[in-house]
Amino acid sequence: MLKGRAFKFGDNISTDHIIPGRLAHLRSDLPELAKHVMEDADPTFACRVRAGDFIVAGLNFGLGSSREHAPLVIKMAEVSAVLAKSAARIFFRNAINQGLPLLICDTSLINDGDELEIDLKSGTVRDITSNRKLTFAKMPEVMLNILDEGGLIPYIQKYGDFRL
Amino acid sequence: MAKTLAEKILSQKSGSDAGSGDIVIARVDLAFAQDTTGPLTVRQFQAGGFQNLANPARTALFLDHAAPSPNSEQSGDHIFLRRFAQQTGCLIYDVGYGVCHQLVAESLARPGDIIVGADSHTVTAGALGAFATGMGSSDVAVILALGKSWFLVPRSIKVVVSGSFPDGVYAKDLALHLIGQIGADGATYKALEFSGDGVGSMTMAGRLTVANMAVEAGAKAGLFPADETTQQYLTSQGRGDHYQPLFADDDATYEQIVNINLAQLEPTVARPHMVDNTAKAKELKGTKIQQVFIGTCTNGRLDDIAIAADIMKGRKRHPRTRLIVAPASRQVLLASIRAGYIQTLVEAEAAILPPGCAACLGLHQGVLGRGEACLSTANRNFKGRMGSPEAFIYLGSPATAAATAIKGEITDPREVI
Ligand code: SF4
Repeated sequence: MLKGRAFKFGDNISTDHIIPGRLAHLRSDLPELAKHVMEDADPTFACRVRAGDFIVAGLNFGLGSSREHAPLVIKMAEVSAVLAKSAARIFFRNAINQGLPLLICDTSLINDGDELEIDLKSGTVRDITSNRKLTFAKMPEVMLNILDEGGLIPYIQKYGDFRL
Repeated sequence: MAKTLAEKILSQKSGSDAGSGDIVIARVDLAFAQDTTGPLTVRQFQAGGFQNLANPARTALFLDHAAPSPNSEQSGDHIFLRRFAQQTGCLIYDVGYGVCHQLVAESLARPGDIIVGADSHTVTAGALGAFATGMGSSDVAVILALGKSWFLVPRSIKVVVSGSFPDGVYAKDLALHLIGQIGADGATYKALEFSGDGVGSMTMAGRLTVANMAVEAGAKAGLFPADETTQQYLTSQGRGDHYQPLFADDDATYEQIVNINLAQLEPTVARPHMVDNTAKAKELKGTKIQQVFIGTCTNGRLDDIAIAADIMKGRKRHPRTRLIVAPASRQVLLASIRAGYIQTLVEAEAAILPPGCAACLGLHQGVLGRGEACLSTANRNFKGRMGSPEAFIYLGSPATAAATAIKGEITDPREVI
């Protein structure tokens, strides 16, 4: 069970909002890079977010670059899951490969600052503040298994290959 | 079962009869990373305990995004990648060779291939009939080690292109028009497949521009058939033997069909800060521009530089508008020198940069300051992309870029040709 507060963002949050290309020189210094998480969407996010909190966004989250540093810095901020109405394809795969749950649901019913409780197994989000219950879309089996192992590299280390 | 191009290629490489919605494990014919995604790719490869590449001769590293390196951190990343190439025997294209996607098109991509790059614009090679798609560093690391990956076979949107381009209108205008029409997530998880008599009249350079921007509509791939134009292009690159014809089946099933008549298009510009925020160039007249940038994997090819040079010939850039030109590869640079385009552009007071990504992603060589506006021939205009988050990026064709450089404000190229 995941528990934390919702940080609400709008539609089309790109990988440049999450971690802009101009910081590419910090990509081999991850702790330094992570200080800039979500900087171009909300410069106060990095200092306000606490371990376990959630990013709650609108449509097409993570569009743009293939940089896996985007979900990586979100993970390093100890965000426990990203919820969005929809997500860009490469970002979706990258998030799961980094062991960061990305859940597709109708986020318009969640407000900034709401307390959420998420049960990955049953596929439900409980908004404690508004007392609402949402369900999120089921992801393909292969992605669930990768997420279960904590990411693609541990998954491949365990199984040695993909298993459909 | 009648198949789309995506279904055909993924069926063949997975040894199964795959249809859209299936998940398959398929062989990957070419895998690559560049200097901003490569270091993490190599670290993930090492974290997995791998030492050997599945296919060193079909694995490539490109030093193009920050090349020549603008700071010691990125120099460190370059050293790291060069060492990995030396240890594993993979291909490496060092500083000055050019942008990865252009080099893949010139030297590596074949019709029917599956190509995966740790770069979202890997879709560019779809112009040659390859199923080419971007993934992140972990996925590419596993492909380097195992030579395969898992794929969700996408549904396809058929884009039927008819007619031919009017004067002053180019492939970039088609790409921007299409994205403006279907939206920045209009093709998410899907493949865009181009067909129709208009495709036959499109050059390989134009196809590369359109395939390149498929990802700006969220697409997993932007596929063109492999036809005579593909054959001629491969032959001109000394790779005629890599050609095989490849077409979608006539009665394949598409999720949606979009019809575009090229004759009805006009010079189109994407406004800040989304690629689908399009307008006609003429509607933006009066928008002052401080920097014009011609280059990138979208529009840094010989045809693009020729278009710009033809318009700039005997003219100069506007005194308050700087003009930056970066050919997409050494081959493009050499041909542009031979054709006299570089001389024309330098006489027009352009700054010529070495082949590479240059100003495209805000790392160096044309970083925008607060409040500045740039008209770029690249593919992305997100907030902060080229430097300051308080800068403004407009996207247009090389012709629109050249016209804008002359006038100092966004200009429909038909005003100056
Ligand atoms: S030219 Fe721009 S879009 Fe193309 S690969 Fe380089 S940074 Fe990416």
